[in-house]
Amino acid sequence: MADIFYTKDHEWIKVDNGEGVVGITAYASEQLGDIVFVELPQKGMSFDQGKDVAVIESVKAASEIYTPATGEILEINSSLEERPEVVNNDPLGSGWLYKMRVLKPEELKSLMSEEDYNKLIGAKS
Amino acid sequence: MRYLPLTNEDRKNMKEVIGITDVNQLFASVPNNVPLDPSFNLPDHKTEMEVGRILSQIAGKNINSNQVPFFLGAGAYKHHIPATVDHIIQRSEFLTSYTPYQPEISQGTLQYLFEFQTQVSLLTGMDVSNASMYDGSTASAEAVSMAKRITKRNKVILSPTLHPQYAEVIKTLISSSEDSVEYKFSECFEVDSLISKIDDDVSCVVVQNPDFFGECYSLENLSKYCQSKGALLIVVVNEVVSLGMMKSPGSMGADIVACEGQSLGNSLNFGGPYIGLMSTKDKFVRQLPGRIVGETNDVDGEKGFVLTLATREQHIRREKATSNICTNSGLCSLAFTIHLSLLGEKGFKKLSKLNHEAAIKLYSRLECLDGFEVINKTFFNEFTIKLPIDAETFVEKMASKGVLAGVPVSRLLNKKDNFLNLLVVASSEINLDSDRDEFIRLAKEVCYE
Amino acid sequence: MSNNRGLDHDEKLLFEVGDISKTGVDLPDPENIKNMLGSSCSDTEIGLAGLSEPETLRHYVRLSRKNYSIDAGLYPLGSCTMKHNPRLNEKMARLEGFSEIHPLQPISTCQGALELIDLISTWLKELTGMAAITMTPKAGAQGELCGMMAIKQALIFKKESHRKVVLVPDSAHGTNPATAAFLGFDVRTIKSTQEGLIDFEDFKENIDEHFAGVMITNPNTCGLFESDIVKISELTHKSGGYLYCDGANFNAVVGKLKPGDLGIDAMHINLHKTFSTPHGGGGPGSGPVVFSKRLENFCPTPLVKKINGKYDLIENLDNKELSNSFGRLNVFHGQMGMFVRAMSYMLSHGSDGLRQVAEDAVLNANYLRESLSMHLTPAFQGYCMHEILFSDEFLNDTNVETLDFAKAMIDEGYHPMTIYFPLVIHGALLVEPTETESKQSLDHFIETLKGLVARVKNDSDSFKEAPIFTPIRRLDETQAARKPILRWREEVPAKA
Repeated sequence: MADIFYTKDHEWIKVDNGEGVVGITAYASEQLGDIVFVELPQKGMSFDQGKDVAVIESVKAASEIYTPATGEILEINSSLEERPEVVNNDPLGSGWLYKMRVLKPEELKSLMSEEDYNKLIGAKS
Repeated sequence: MRYLPLTNEDRKNMKEVIGITDVNQLFASVPNNVPLDPSFNLPDHKTEMEVGRILSQIAGKNINSNQVPFFLGAGAYKHHIPATVDHIIQRSEFLTSYTPYQPEISQGTLQYLFEFQTQVSLLTGMDVSNASMYDGSTASAEAVSMAKRITKRNKVILSPTLHPQYAEVIKTLISSSEDSVEYKFSECFEVDSLISKIDDDVSCVVVQNPDFFGECYSLENLSKYCQSKGALLIVVVNEVVSLGMMKSPGSMGADIVACEGQSLGNSLNFGGPYIGLMSTKDKFVRQLPGRIVGETNDVDGEKGFVLTLATREQHIRREKATSNICTNSGLCSLAFTIHLSLLGEKGFKKLSKLNHEAAIKLYSRLECLDGFEVINKTFFNEFTIKLPIDAETFVEKMASKGVLAGVPVSRLLNKKDNFLNLLVVASSEINLDSDRDEFIRLAKEVCYE
Repeated sequence: MSNNRGLDHDEKLLFEVGDISKTGVDLPDPENIKNMLGSSCSDTEIGLAGLSEPETLRHYVRLSRKNYSIDAGLYPLGSCTMKHNPRLNEKMARLEGFSEIHPLQPISTCQGALELIDLISTWLKELTGMAAITMTPKAGAQGELCGMMAIKQALIFKKESHRKVVLVPDSAHGTNPATAAFLGFDVRTIKSTQEGLIDFEDFKENIDEHFAGVMITNPNTCGLFESDIVKISELTHKSGGYLYCDGANFNAVVGKLKPGDLGIDAMHINLHKTFSTPHGGGGPGSGPVVFSKRLENFCPTPLVKKINGKYDLIENLDNKELSNSFGRLNVFHGQMGMFVRAMSYMLSHGSDGLRQVAEDAVLNANYLRESLSMHLTPAFQGYCMHEILFSDEFLNDTNVETLDFAKAMIDEGYHPMTIYFPLVIHGALLVEPTETESKQSLDHFIETLKGLVARVKNDSDSFKEAPIFTPIRRLDETQAARKPILRWREEVPAKA
């Protein structure tokens, strides 16, 4: 049973057996507007929690993606190169950005639950 | 005053509407310890006539390239600019328009920039170009910056015959403790010697072609070697007219090309405003700095143009921008593109040949002169002479006798050492036989009187 | 019907109307002498389309008619200072004695050029009350880079490179933090108050032993004078830092006060804003930088000096005058063509005229503010300087956004004001009329905006559709960024 966690910068991470899938939330996707380009990290690279690892560009803005957990990049969603709009259409599903090995599961405690995240964006609207 | 439309009556009415009696009430937020309306040690306003007299007098204190035989190059070149160019760039809609951020009312600017980008790509033999930079030197520095970002490496190798001021600009902009920029100015550039310096830490190799001395190179071997080591080849071109007779940098394997475009459409203007051209391969386009125009459609499906890929720029990425550049050379790029449209393929190639032939004619005359040695093996429209006397003295004496003879290499250097007798001489289609006659006659006089 | 409509002509791309066999320049035939290019010689086709002279004129004249321009109408663009571009400037810049001289001519042959650079330097130092100047930066953004590089160099010289923090207000233009970050500084944002000014307490709190300096804009991007500026400069200096001033808004105070009296250390000046050189559809600009005594030794090369009645150009970084210089920003000496234009403007106005420029600029802006305050929503109370900032509150209860309102202005014959900047105000609209707008022009603008505001409550659909009267309508910028087409390419016929 996978657990989903959220960051205050509107990333989500779905963790199952030490492996995480990372993406941005529907709220973030809406705020950015039409996404035109996604710059993903390289497979095999490792990053600490909170490091900026990717960039999502829309016409008028560019947003850094801060990785929700420390670990190694296992796979990237290379279909986004040709079709960045998938992140707009399905940010929680086929718009995933990358898969990673979670090296410090205790870090996940510092992230938000779905309920807390919804409260955060509720406060914003 | 002729530029101020408000009359005193207007000012009075407007103050009434605002509810003030004195305009200084609008400056009330200026703190008391800052003097308002201080006196300046400057004259009062002047009429057009008076301004014209003052500036004409100052302009008259210069010897200009239309008055005397002229042979200067070294990064700025004199060519004939058709009358049409200056006329069109003075049209209100081009001269006094703003950056095309509202594309619906800027299609004129956006379309000519799209055409310009195409022309620059064709000239350099590359896939894509931006809408221009300030000049060739900053374009070169931006190219180095770009190569470092792409390769994620820090070492930079500058060819020893790169224009010394270009090298200074690159070193200034790319200076920090982790970088190493290698540059040792010399009059010889052997491709093999550069190859031996390229290791896995090198981000790019910067080669000027034709180089500062005017020498022309084939760069295929160098580009292959760079590629094998994962380093990028940056080619710098100071005289774009050379591209009418030489292999394009793209065809020789360049990854990024940075040029000075002043030769087409833009007068010498004592060094500015000039125009930087920058081109690269499709795969590097998102790392290209500066403004870029792209084609798209409007809501009715009509084809149109917009500024695009703006998220690279500083007003959006702020700290993470590809560069801090905020402008392009606007009107200078318009002048460039008009001149090149007027020339077309045939005219441009002809212009190129005429320039090369002008240099050959001067070269042949110099070959017959004792004590004057042209050090180049090859050249386009510029070559370097080893004089029997100091080059800076030579140039001063030639100027006093009515010829602007060239640029002493030592002028560009801090440590002059071995370069004191070297003179860089440019020729172009504007030189007449009588100009060359004067040069030769007076050169003999100056050196042997 | 053709694609033309009356006086508006459709014009295809150069590469579609031109041809590689056409040319509009007569040149003598080359003699076909044996070339001396060696192995780099080539005669491959480049693909440059050409046109005869009449076709060239037609192509560019038709393109020009699709452009808005200051000569045709008001540009209310905040912080751009779109003032009239005097034609005397153009005439003076084309004097052969200025336009036909080469930057590397012997100094004795270009004394007039150096005199001009010295003259404009003197004027700008006098107007700003500052100790030193560099004329070399080629645009405002490069001027900013120059000022911050001088600060970085000064810190290195004093062996204080541990000072790495630069403070930037949240209302700043994006170039400010970009420039600081590019130079390796850590950028920290300081908050604005409810009144739109720098929060002095927040500024104070962010100062520690790593403080290198602060970048401010004055008047700021909200159109307000930073009344705490002297306090800010005093605290900055006491804390070992430097104060950089973005001079984009100099038009509000030129001739009225000296920025040097505010305690700034460096300020760039946009000749294409305050000093009327033309915007040219996006350039060329010029961004000279003035320095206080604390920074005067760190200027870039070259310098123009007058020694014994003769002018000299000090270029070599080994010269003792440049021993602490941070280096060279550009090849050659700066945008001479723009110096001549700006000098022509400054001589025309004189210091008395420039004071009137600032007064009329601020008067015009406040007249607009007063006349529009019941129709649009001013972001702050009280007088503004040379520009007024509005929020999009007046658009609440409609489904029209700032962008739609701006596009509707285009149909009314106006270039829109600056929108969505500064970021601190929601849906910002920043209006700067400049001093070269007549009262009649302002009144017409006011009536037009009032009309638009009245319409926005009942007729929001037309705002979403705008513009409809332009040569092209709203363009798909998403498509342009997703699938970039950045040049014309010859169509290759499909293989059978």
